[in-house]
Amino acid sequence: MLEQFFQFLVTGVTVGSLYALVGLGFALIYNASDVVNFAQGEFVMLGAMTAIALLGAGLPLPLAAIAATLAAILVGLLLERFAIEPAQGASVVTTIIITIGAAIFLRGVALLLWGKDFHALPSFSGDAPIHLGGATVLPQSLWVLGVTVLLVGLVRAFFNHTLLGKALLACSFNRAAAQLVGINVRVMLRLAYGLSAGLGAIAGILIAPITFSSYEAGVMLGLKGFSAAIVGGIGNPMGAVAGGVLLGLLEALGAGLISSGYKDAIAFLFVLMVLFFEPAGLFGRKVAERV
Amino acid sequence: MKNLWQTALAALLLCAGLNPASGAEPIKIGSFLAVTGPASFLGDPELKTLQMYVEDLNAKGGVKGRKLELIHYDTGGNAKDAVSFVKRLIKNDNVDLIIGGTTTGDTLAVIPDVEKEGIPFISLAGAVDIIEPVKKWVFKTPHTDRMAVAKIYEDLRKRGLTKVAIITGDGGFDKSGREQLLKLAPQYGITIVADESYGNKDTDMTAQLTKIRATDAQAIINFGLGQAPAIVTKNIKQLGITLPLYQSHGVASKTFIDLAGDAAEGARLPAAALVVAEQLPDTDPQKPVLLAYKNKYEAKHGPVSTFGGHAYDGLMIAVAAIQQAGGTDKAKVRDEIEKTQGFIGTAGVFNTTPQDHMGLTVDAFKLVEIRNGSWKIVQ
Repeated sequence: MLEQFFQFLVTGVTVGSLYALVGLGFALIYNASDVVNFAQGEFVMLGAMTAIALLGAGLPLPLAAIAATLAAILVGLLLERFAIEPAQGASVVTTIIITIGAAIFLRGVALLLWGKDFHALPSFSGDAPIHLGGATVLPQSLWVLGVTVLLVGLVRAFFNHTLLGKALLACSFNRAAAQLVGINVRVMLRLAYGLSAGLGAIAGILIAPITFSSYEAGVMLGLKGFSAAIVGGIGNPMGAVAGGVLLGLLEALGAGLISSGYKDAIAFLFVLMVLFFEPAGLFGRKVAERV
Repeated sequence: MKNLWQTALAALLLCAGLNPASGAEPIKIGSFLAVTGPASFLGDPELKTLQMYVEDLNAKGGVKGRKLELIHYDTGGNAKDAVSFVKRLIKNDNVDLIIGGTTTGDTLAVIPDVEKEGIPFISLAGAVDIIEPVKKWVFKTPHTDRMAVAKIYEDLRKRGLTKVAIITGDGGFDKSGREQLLKLAPQYGITIVADESYGNKDTDMTAQLTKIRATDAQAIINFGLGQAPAIVTKNIKQLGITLPLYQSHGVASKTFIDLAGDAAEGARLPAAALVVAEQLPDTDPQKPVLLAYKNKYEAKHGPVSTFGGHAYDGLMIAVAAIQQAGGTDKAKVRDEIEKTQGFIGTAGVFNTTPQDHMGLTVDAFKLVEIRNGSWKIVQ
């Protein structure tokens, strides 16, 4: 029984770190513009699918991964330039709707390019499971965990210790004031979209060996990543990670200890409860809106 | 305004151009398939197959001197759309018969209209409910999930295994399969010791499989579609579970082997003979039919799937019936479809009767095992 429980925990953390990695991208754009970018899941898909396509074209895996990340960053920048920027004066809700449109568009392009089939990326370091006590974990899951920790650290350092990161944050707190102190808001927004597209692509490439990928893989991952981000308090990179791991643990323990039929219900019930009692998320910054 | 008139005129001319000036009316075959959406991996090869063979038959002079015309709508796997498209096929397009209904949901939704209007309908969906109880105008070509379950249980009995764990997804195919697994188990003396489920878009099933590992199951049966069964297969390997694994006919495509990789080695599943066409003995009457379809499809569209084969079977049964009936009189065509005997299709040999509107037996399935990244028939 204890051995089983341990496996549930390990499963929960590995699945959770996957959600966390996707949630991180949401936090970044939100920090820059107060916008939830619903095309984030599509960045994840693009990263994975591009890497798979490049690998298929004969590129070695590390090169394919880097090229795919760069390609996704480019798509992020183009998205900002041609879809978000023209709607500059628009409200946050309008911008969110634009990102939903962009997501549908990107899915369509992926469908045309790569068809409807699922594709897999080979695991980075083999498929032999690693035994931890009574539980087993795949080497690829450790990759996901490790890179998540690394990226979270980087994102955190970026926002807290670099001028650029602070300037980005300033844009979301008060755009007009940021502009007045000489921050180029437009460039900051592009930076945010480029970075989060890159983050999404890295997430996609890392998890593609575990979950596989197809043109619509971004939908589910986007949803789970978004849940992770709001549970943790959107805009807080650490919160997104905590939210993701919590969500993963709840799903695994729900499936293992209660019933696999109810595991999603349990996880979403938890999300609802959090939003009900802590609307800003567990680790969100508390804001008082002046009316 | 001038532009508008020009466009209208062009559209008119275009429409006129679509009607071949030949004397005989074309035979209109209506179709509604889930070419996009979650069931697209079924609907897409079905449509390609229909288009390919309609073209082919027309190049050979059509049927009874009349050309075939395929009128197709994409339901996206949405049952509501399926109903309105079928109404349109019957009332506006005046089709002579309908081949389609990729998913069980789409098919069941349109049956009331088909029965009311009295038009021959050959469904391409799996569930046994479509033909049981028998509906006058409704036929189907794919194997049922009950046959798949029976095939798996037969093999379990041969191996002397009686305790199984089942794990299924949350889609229609999965749920219907689970029902059949539970229903048929007592007949084969099988006890189901674990009954787990997952969401079809889940990324990890180790929690459910850990629970299964703790039971005294002697085999695991996974009924599902898409990428989820591949994840289940990988997770089983990851957890070091060595029980025999059975998959359903839903993953009888090369994609499954590619996704699951080494973990799929040794997994068994019931599959249509199409996936093992080359391995059949030359004496097998199905072999030439299978190879002909496979080569033709692969020359044009890439790897063949058993799902497109169901569309081939449907079209060929319909064409044979029209030939027998000497025309497209709906009642006569229906009667001829019901009298189909010894028709060799990709799914097996069809012997349709008034009691059985599919006409396949459990033998139409081959039990295959995955060996060295390919299918091997289990003798």
